Amino acid sequence: MIRDAEALNALLATVARFVRERLVPAEPLVDETDEIPAGIVAEMKAMGLFGLTIPEEYGGLGLTMEEEVLVMFEMGQTSPAFRSLFGTTVGIGSQGLLMDGTEAQKSRYLPRLATGELIASFALTEPEAGSDAASLRTSATLSGAHYVLNGTKRFITNAPHAGIFTVMARTDPQDHGAGGVSAFIVEAGTPGLRLGKRDRKMGQRGAWTCDVIFDDCRVPATSIIGGIPGRGFRTAMQVLEKGRIHIAAICVGVAERLLRDALRYATERRQFGQAIAGFQLVQAMLADSKAELYAARCMTLDAAQRRDRGENVSTEASCAKMFASEMCGRVADRAVQIFGGAGYMAEYGIERFYRDVRLFRIFEGTTQIQQLVIARNMVKAVS
Amino acid sequence: MKKILVGVKRVVDYNVRVRVKPDGTGVALDGVKMSVNPFDEIALEEALRIRERGQANEVVVASIGPADSQQQLRTALAMGADRALHVQTDSTIEPLGVARAFLKLVERENPFLVIFGKQAIDDDNGQTGQLLASLWDRPQVTFASRLELGEATARVTREVDAGLETLDVDLPAVITADLRLNEPRYVKLPDIMKAKKKPLETLSLADLGADTREHLRIVRVGPPSQRTKGVMVKTTEELVEALKKKGLF
Repeated sequence: MIRDAEALNALLATVARFVRERLVPAEPLVDETDEIPAGIVAEMKAMGLFGLTIPEEYGGLGLTMEEEVLVMFEMGQTSPAFRSLFGTTVGIGSQGLLMDGTEAQKSRYLPRLATGELIASFALTEPEAGSDAASLRTSATLSGAHYVLNGTKRFITNAPHAGIFTVMARTDPQDHGAGGVSAFIVEAGTPGLRLGKRDRKMGQRGAWTCDVIFDDCRVPATSIIGGIPGRGFRTAMQVLEKGRIHIAAICVGVAERLLRDALRYATERRQFGQAIAGFQLVQAMLADSKAELYAARCMTLDAAQRRDRGENVSTEASCAKMFASEMCGRVADRAVQIFGGAGYMAEYGIERFYRDVRLFRIFEGTTQIQQLVIARNMVKAVS
Repeated sequence: MKKILVGVKRVVDYNVRVRVKPDGTGVALDGVKMSVNPFDEIALEEALRIRERGQANEVVVASIGPADSQQQLRTALAMGADRALHVQTDSTIEPLGVARAFLKLVERENPFLVIFGKQAIDDDNGQTGQLLASLWDRPQVTFASRLELGEATARVTREVDAGLETLDVDLPAVITADLRLNEPRYVKLPDIMKAKKKPLETLSLADLGADTREHLRIVRVGPPSQRTKGVMVKTTEELVEALKKKGLF
């Protein structure tokens, strides 16, 4: 926890400098090789980026949601693949453990997560259970002091790097809904756990996903987060709610980068004898982007501050994630348009961002799921 | 106790486009991002490496400036300095005054090495190190790009117009750091928190008894003149002709 302007400014300045000097120059290489160079990974770990949200008593920084959002505004100023590498460890992969884990579970894993020694991954999605997460089929059957896991998890971010997985599995076969689901911590290397082939994706090259397959994978019964079965879905939803504000902040950061690049190009590119930034139709694209970006930034900060105050932010988190990710898509589209032919060419990097940001509207709850969350909360409040 | 004293100045961040105040009395600083002078960061990095090699026990950073200079001292502590001294003043102190104040700090702390950046990127005076060495009556090596410490001497390579020059000096000495001396480390984020607990002592110029009378008067501050548009020539002959016309060839 920082909550002091001086330390927070120093932290943001450090992250901004690292992004500017180390990450931005590596963007084309990461896209070309689909891999973040080992030296950069080591620097990210040494800086403490993996421990942003882990409490100080476990070796992390214990950032508040607002502070996390401010750091993500800075981290968003480069390819989202860099953020993705530590994003699951500071976010969805570790938060279940943090929110609902037992003291033994926390002290076993959190210190190693904070240093980046262990990378955490979040395994909820399945081939047949995406937006309808509560219908998941991965089973966990009690057998003595163990649970036996069977099933397949799909598109699992950082699975190839992960040291631990937060896995949602059905412990009660009679309950086909949310109540039958439990959250487990499963260590990589557990017999019966194997990884599928790395997925080929549209964008965010350098961020790896793959299937995680459980085939009679035996884990100690004490691996259930918090030790109580049947609470997994609730844990997952709490984790995702926080994750939505984090993703909204990244969307704001990336959109800021794109708009800055587009504005610079518009002031340098000359057509019809003048810089294209002087043309009103280009100005309209710049102005719309600026206003939407400002709205998303304010919304994200407000949701984060409310969460820090202990308010229920289910609606606000979904509003911020939905609006910021859709805004980011529009800003990326306009950036390509302002760059014109150059925007379509790989050399300028704009088309890469355009592909990268498409994911924001899909993962951690599609725009349509956010709409449902928002509307259901509205209806529930009046009925 | 083998101590190194490092000077840290609060300056406008190097990424900021500096604007001159309309009345020509200085540059606009309101709401402008301030940072540690980049050459001072290099100076500090060198001191930390010397300590990490076991050739020093303590790195003390010092800054002379307004209350907000403590932000830069905290950054220096987060980078790894052990202790900070803040000589607080709201007046602008010219290089001779800064050197005199540092002499008092040197007398207090007894360092075997003082490292400054070769210049601060705000006024680019590049005088404090030289002035301090003279007042302290100790050797100086400016524009260092390599520094090797012996028991009682230092071998320093400095960047000069003709290339590189290597000097051996007796310690204690004053060294000023050039760009290629090292590449400063990134601050580790948890160290930013730990820096809050490191000692930072605030002093006044009166406490030190340093003479900081002004000898310089700023007449006017103005932006550099705009560069005029260049001329494109097609051949070497044309270039020679154009240069001749300007009397440059």
